[in-house]
Amino acid sequence: MAIDAATVRRVARLARIRESNDRLEPLAKELSSILGWIEQLNEVDVEGVEPMTSAVHARLPMREDEVTDGGDAEAILANAPAKADGFFVVPKVVE
Amino acid sequence: MSELTGLTLKAAIEGLKSRAFSSEELTRAHSQAVEAARPLNAYVLETPDHALAMARASDGRIARGEGGPLEGVPLGIKDLFCTRGFRTTAGSKILEDFTPTYESTVTSNLWRDGAVMLGKLNLDEFAMGSSNETSAFGPVTNPWRARESNQQLTPGGSSGGSAAAVAADLCLAATATDTGGSIRQPAAFTGTVGIKPTYGRCSRWGIVAFASSLDQAGPIAKTVEDAAILLRSMAGHDPKDSTSLPAEVPDFPSFVGKPVKGLKVGIPREYRVEGMPEEIEKLWQSGIAWLKDAGCEIVEVSLPHTRYALPAYYIVAPAEASSNLARYDGMRYGLRVDGKNLTDVYEETRGHGFGEEVKRRILIGTYVLSAGYYDAYYLRAQKVRRKIADDFDQAFQKVDALLTPTAPSAAFALGDRTADPVAMYLNDVFTVTVNLAGLPGVSVPAGLDSKGLPLGLQLIGRALDEGTLFSLAGAVEKAAAFKSKPERWWA
Repeated sequence: MAIDAATVRRVARLARIRESNDRLEPLAKELSSILGWIEQLNEVDVEGVEPMTSAVHARLPMREDEVTDGGDAEAILANAPAKADGFFVVPKVVE
Repeated sequence: MSELTGLTLKAAIEGLKSRAFSSEELTRAHSQAVEAARPLNAYVLETPDHALAMARASDGRIARGEGGPLEGVPLGIKDLFCTRGFRTTAGSKILEDFTPTYESTVTSNLWRDGAVMLGKLNLDEFAMGSSNETSAFGPVTNPWRARESNQQLTPGGSSGGSAAAVAADLCLAATATDTGGSIRQPAAFTGTVGIKPTYGRCSRWGIVAFASSLDQAGPIAKTVEDAAILLRSMAGHDPKDSTSLPAEVPDFPSFVGKPVKGLKVGIPREYRVEGMPEEIEKLWQSGIAWLKDAGCEIVEVSLPHTRYALPAYYIVAPAEASSNLARYDGMRYGLRVDGKNLTDVYEETRGHGFGEEVKRRILIGTYVLSAGYYDAYYLRAQKVRRKIADDFDQAFQKVDALLTPTAPSAAFALGDRTADPVAMYLNDVFTVTVNLAGLPGVSVPAGLDSKGLPLGLQLIGRALDEGTLFSLAGAVEKAAAFKSKPERWWA
């Protein structure tokens, strides 16, 4: 399937990635070429095949519902781009 | 001190035990080699002072007759493993200033067993690449060069720093990770041994995530036995990773050197791909002959869906990556680039922070998961993935392991394949099937091509049967008698 510049713009927006206008056309070409190559999967008969969602044949383990970690605000904030009084500082969201 | 850096991991462990040298001497020799090899760009962070402190502590434990199985041996750590107090970048600008406040489980296991950290090793950004050229810190140069050539070659990727450092004697062994071939292909390109164990053998906790259903850690080392020694320490169940397998860790080194007589080894006919150099076909035939001589029975097998593995991978891996990398929003850690409003901050941060290949994969992943396309792409890829895994299940009813080439070419020149993403992806044609099926695979150096560059053979095993792989890999290693080392042109 061919992807056009408008689709790249829409997908980049969904992915929250800024792409400059002059990158849209080249990206559309690259992605079209990759997706075109992927199209060969349509040759495979997948009728009735169970999708494989995990590489291991194990059930996800359950554990006791108890607190095992936490109480370390300082470590959690250590790499924050902006912080104040034990909180992350983020751009204003509500006017 | 090149005698000390030239040791195998096994010989270094024995030398430390018998007090032939101290960990401090061994570590200093390696830190000096690391500094002298900066032109290779294998390390993105050197930690010589920390290494020396760890080495002295190890020497103290050895003197008291204590110490773990890796006591005092200096290792390199791929910069995808979080190391407490030491910058961890994943090869990305977006994590340029990230210093974890926690330690990955795999590296914790290594320090528990006495190992010494020399520094952090370069890699493709977020492990997305097959040539180490997507790293925000510049590519690693392969210590190997073709005969009578000064051309700079790729060490492969994404664990290019790990492979180059081991090949150039800049550490005794290194940690690495493998999502589509990122341990085995660089091992093949640098004349080193690399094993991707069964999915779930090593905990993924504290390893920067790329594609969670495919990512797996493993060692790159100088010999099969060294790889077995390191994997024994890296592996083990970890409650902090829900996909970590609650299985005993076998004594992997004890499998190396075991007779392989009577084992059935499959040769998948679909791995004979168009355009593969004749030398690789010849090497494969040598591998078959070596295993026959060692008493293995060779059986031709079919893995009919092999050719669909790469396209399926390039849906599954980017889809998982687009989800995993959503965490880099500039709010809690990593780069933040200011903007007019919140959405603007997100877009600017991610637009500036991620490199071209990472952005490309996030876009593909976002596209194949977006409304209206999910069934056509993602669901179909997961079904094809099942068929690929079923192919292996059927083959393993007839054979104990499979023998294939590791990569369809020897190391290529830096810059050679960056223009065409699909050409770069084809590097992983023989390795990616194993990740999709969750199986163990090992690459063993098996010979040099006509230009003097190393080539590898891959052995693939049943889930949790790394032991048989170590026995077979040991047999290939012994028969190949690969002793070549790159010339030290960088120092």
